[in-house]
Amino acid sequence: MDVLSSLMDGFATALTPMNLLYAVIGVILGSAVGVLPGLGPAMTIALLLPVTYVLEPTSAFIMFAGIYYGGMYGGSTTSILLNTPGESSSVVTAIEGNKMAKAGRAAQALATAAIGSFVAGTIGTALLAVFAPIVVEFAVSLGSPSYFAIMVLALVAVTAVLGSSRLRGFASLGLGLAIGLVGMDSVTGQRRLTFGQPLLADGLDIVVVAVAIFAVGEALWVAAHMRRTPLHVIPVGRPWMGKQDWKRSWKPWLRGTAFGFPFGALPAGGAEIPTFLSYVTEKRLSKHPEEFGKGAIEGVAGPEAANNAAAAGTMTPLLALGLPTNATAAVMLAAFVQFGIQPGPLLFANEGPLVWALIASLFIGNFLLLLINLPLAPMWAKILQLPRPYLYAGILFFATLGAYSVNLQAFDLVLLLVLGALGFMMRRFGLPVLPLILGVILGPRIEGQLRKSLQLSAGDPAGLLGEPIAIGIYVILALILMWPLLFKLFRRNRPAAAGPSSAAAAAPAAPSGSSAHADLPVLSDDSVRSDSAAHSRSSVKPDSSAHPDKKETP
Amino acid sequence: MSSSPTLTSRLKGRSELGVALLLGAAGVLVLVDAIALVTPYSQSDPVGPKTLPYIVSGLLLVCAVLLAINVLRGGQGEAEGGEDVDLSHPADWKTILPLVGAFVANILLIDWAGWVISGTVLFWGSAWALGSRHYVRDGLISVALAVLTFYGFYLGLGIPLPAGLLEGIL
Repeated sequence: MDVLSSLMDGFATALTPMNLLYAVIGVILGSAVGVLPGLGPAMTIALLLPVTYVLEPTSAFIMFAGIYYGGMYGGSTTSILLNTPGESSSVVTAIEGNKMAKAGRAAQALATAAIGSFVAGTIGTALLAVFAPIVVEFAVSLGSPSYFAIMVLALVAVTAVLGSSRLRGFASLGLGLAIGLVGMDSVTGQRRLTFGQPLLADGLDIVVVAVAIFAVGEALWVAAHMRRTPLHVIPVGRPWMGKQDWKRSWKPWLRGTAFGFPFGALPAGGAEIPTFLSYVTEKRLSKHPEEFGKGAIEGVAGPEAANNAAAAGTMTPLLALGLPTNATAAVMLAAFVQFGIQPGPLLFANEGPLVWALIASLFIGNFLLLLINLPLAPMWAKILQLPRPYLYAGILFFATLGAYSVNLQAFDLVLLLVLGALGFMMRRFGLPVLPLILGVILGPRIEGQLRKSLQLSAGDPAGLLGEPIAIGIYVILALILMWPLLFKLFRRNRPAAAGPSSAAAAAPAAPSGSSAHADLPVLSDDSVRSDSAAHSRSSVKPDSSAHPDKKETP
Repeated sequence: MSSSPTLTSRLKGRSELGVALLLGAAGVLVLVDAIALVTPYSQSDPVGPKTLPYIVSGLLLVCAVLLAINVLRGGQGEAEGGEDVDLSHPADWKTILPLVGAFVANILLIDWAGWVISGTVLFWGSAWALGSRHYVRDGLISVALAVLTFYGFYLGLGIPLPAGLLEGIL
């Protein structure tokens, strides 16, 4: 098998002592930032970008992979031991996980989360290794019109499907695209939005933008609303599970993986929808439905597996198409560009050893996480006690350091503050951050593909429809955009409809298959009805505030 | 958040109009900038550098108008929660302003006084703004962080952070 031998070569690269060291650093760093509030894997990788210049790209990406998976683990620890999930993908874990912890079963909750993440991450990475080359084979035949369509789909889908308000999502996307415009136009050399400022001619550095929006914006936002009463962290010993727990966990792990991977691989996938679906499914299938809401282990095992499988799924479009679908993948794409590596379908051909070492390191990182995190859980619980002034002062300190070290100019720090204020405002008024980051990173690439497409057709817009794949994608795009309208009609005609089709709809195996996309809305319909997660800002309510008819004023 | 129709909650609802204003301003800015670009028609680049800015400014302007309508009709963006975020009290400007002050001090100092001094000021000032009152311990941590990162970047990464006033000592 070609895949297998490439993968073995990848393992050979990833298992060299130096690279193994970077993998260990990555998973520990990732777990720590996942546990700590206010920090996430995307921001951490952005901060490390200037620092990793001196590394081999392979080593850097091995570390990034560790941070990515580690962040997922860390997030679950926080949501189990504190009832306030930091990342939207761990919202569902908190529902049952924290109840378990309060009932004295924190050790079991952490264990099923950690082992489930390992199982899901391993299966997910295996699926990635199998599917990514297949997607590549299909993708190399695509031309600019199709790429343009796929990127537009990714932007619109992330904006329209995730988040509670479409309008605010598109506003955020517009701001991101505008930020991406700043600088010299790559084709004509014209300066756009530079206002005669020579320091802006090279565009805004993605490190500065990402660190400002994620880190500075978050620190300012937390500072404005600092919780004065310390949160109660539930103390925990070493995680372990009894026989009964294993018996109740393994099926949810597998089902969660089946939900997570395809959604992660879709352009608008993310981890929110599959974790929620997994929760609903486990609740339905459980032999102990009465325990749900009081700390059912299935409600931790399934969503956590879905979360990690989605993380693996996200790597598929990133490596095979150069298409990021979440914030961490977006920053990784920026990292590829910084290292002078051209992401896209040719990545496997041009940088084969790097890609396979990266995939191998995902397996290794997963294993390391299990090895490291089971004994270290009590330590992570202690990290949560870090005095908040130091935590947020530290975030600002390292944000400044990271942004400054890119170009060593104080001007970047001014940008950092201005964009940080923008990040603050977005958090205050519910503008999602992800569309902005994707807009900044994908905007210039989309423009490039658009110009290439129309160059081939000599300016005739029909050139955009030159490939059948592109046409198919525009149809899906139209469906996504029209969905709230169709949904309303559907509701009016059949008020009692909405069958339990969620399980069937989420099982497609093709990672880039678009068929699952059309089914997405059915799922969100499901989620609107069940109110168990309605208190969280779980993002599966596509039409709650997009419609102006929702009033809450007198 | 309470939904009682007090004056403050009404003002809060309206403050989001500022976001619409910002979007509109950004849209106009992008549009004006795009119009000012001079591009001769070129066979090899029929799209030109103006097209995407036009689309983006259109998106921003449409969002600005729709958001304004949404807010006037009572729509509200959901403020973001989090582990350390307590939304039950209003924004605490007494924390933010000193924090921004520490940040600005760092910007002003970094090239002249050097990273070790400006970084110390940044960390100490931020910790103070965020409510830490262990002045000596904070100071020690600040200096240690600043010095360690200075040498770490210089020796480990080959990135020379500015030494500033302490040039020759460090």
